[in-house]
Amino acid sequence: MTLRGKDLLGIENLNAEEIELFLTTAASFKEVGARTIKKVPTLRGRTIINLFYEPSTRTRVSFEIAAKRLSADAINVSVAGSSVSKGETLVDTVRNLQAMAPDVIVMRHHASGAPHIVAKEVEAAVVNAGDGMHEHPTQALLDAFTILEAKQKLSELKVVIVGDLLHSRVFRSNLQLLTKMGSRVVVSGPPTLIPPHIQELGAEVAPTLEQALVDADVVMMLRVQTERMAGAFFPSVREYFRLYALTLARLERAKPDVILMHPGPLNRGLEIDSAVADGPYSVILEQVTNGVAVRMAVLYLLAGGHGEST
Amino acid sequence: MTDKLVMDGAAFEAALLRVAEEIASQTSRASGFAGRLALVGIRTRGVPLSQRLATLIEASTGERPALGVLDITLYRDDLTAVAEQPIVGRTDLPFPVDDTWIVLVDDVLYTGRTVRAAITALIDFGRPRKIELLAMVDRGCRELPIHADYAGATLETTKTQTVHVHVAEQDGRDEVVLIG
Repeated sequence: MTLRGKDLLGIENLNAEEIELFLTTAASFKEVGARTIKKVPTLRGRTIINLFYEPSTRTRVSFEIAAKRLSADAINVSVAGSSVSKGETLVDTVRNLQAMAPDVIVMRHHASGAPHIVAKEVEAAVVNAGDGMHEHPTQALLDAFTILEAKQKLSELKVVIVGDLLHSRVFRSNLQLLTKMGSRVVVSGPPTLIPPHIQELGAEVAPTLEQALVDADVVMMLRVQTERMAGAFFPSVREYFRLYALTLARLERAKPDVILMHPGPLNRGLEIDSAVADGPYSVILEQVTNGVAVRMAVLYLLAGGHGEST
Repeated sequence: MTDKLVMDGAAFEAALLRVAEEIASQTSRASGFAGRLALVGIRTRGVPLSQRLATLIEASTGERPALGVLDITLYRDDLTAVAEQPIVGRTDLPFPVDDTWIVLVDDVLYTGRTVRAAITALIDFGRPRKIELLAMVDRGCRELPIHADYAGATLETTKTQTVHVHVAEQDGRDEVVLIG
């Protein structure tokens, strides 16, 4: 089993076998993170550039730790203080980075499709760490890994995704991954934050959050992305909390072994009640732990050999 | 191409018993060794071999050695040369490595590069008292200064030949076949 492309741009381009390859490889890498010496020599001498055009704590640190645990050299470029602030175009920036021969470029950009343009310009493998409102494939893979650990399967599950679906690349990647693996995705949120024609990608839209949650195996809450909201998408924080926040009372409709996920960062008191976020169903911090193992697997599989086929 | 059966099931069983006795007598004779013995199987065929050896050693000494599994993929020295990334298996060493007498178990000892990787991996987990090597078949052709402390069989081979060790747990029967 091997990957077909040089890059990881989205879940859209992956088939079920490739998704499984990422997940089984990640399972082996999780053990490395539990050792006293959390480092293996696998990617010694490889260079990985983290190019972030948008703020990030979790994802950037996660990729950096993943690279370092594999003994690769990780270089972080943040846009403030780079030539981007002097007006350099994206393509010029990455051509210059390519001239320094990195093996992998991990990038986050506010424009959907930006990593796809970059992937055509460079020889290095490109990993999409989030592009606009489009995809965030490593988040979907780490979510799948976390679900698999809890449920031992990725098929025939009812996964409920709630909140700001419109602006969420996490949602779009998760929707594609979960439907490819044979699970049901039911969504709920303010009608203004549900993307039109989302049923065509396989999502079922529930009339209310209460109805969506019935017999759920997994509940995934999304962050309300106020930074992407130019207009008024909902009347008030109070109303949003009253209709769409996950509370313990609402969660009782789900299956008794339901797990609660959130990609972070949390807006406590907006989309999620603290009693739920810190409660027994929550696997939010496991998601973060698993993120390192999944990104190690992604870097390992993409930064691999460039030798001749044997 | 000719296939030559080097060991059948009975010979295989006898060889395993012999090396198990050798390990048992080595550890019981070692002066001052009152600590742990652990058998670490190198994926994939070293794993069932190490499990069978543990049972044989237990029958001989009354004490069952600890068992571990080692995947050496992350420590390979040829990752830049191979076109496709090899599948990474899970390593599981459920005992403290520090001060343990470890016998690495592998099916075939050939260039010695797998064993070099296995030693590097083990040392990342701690400081064993001693690391020894058991190979079901030592086929020569070494590229590194590594030798087997225990060998089920020793074969003279050339690099164009292939040695297959089959184990009942994975391949349906025990045998050693020399091809070429």
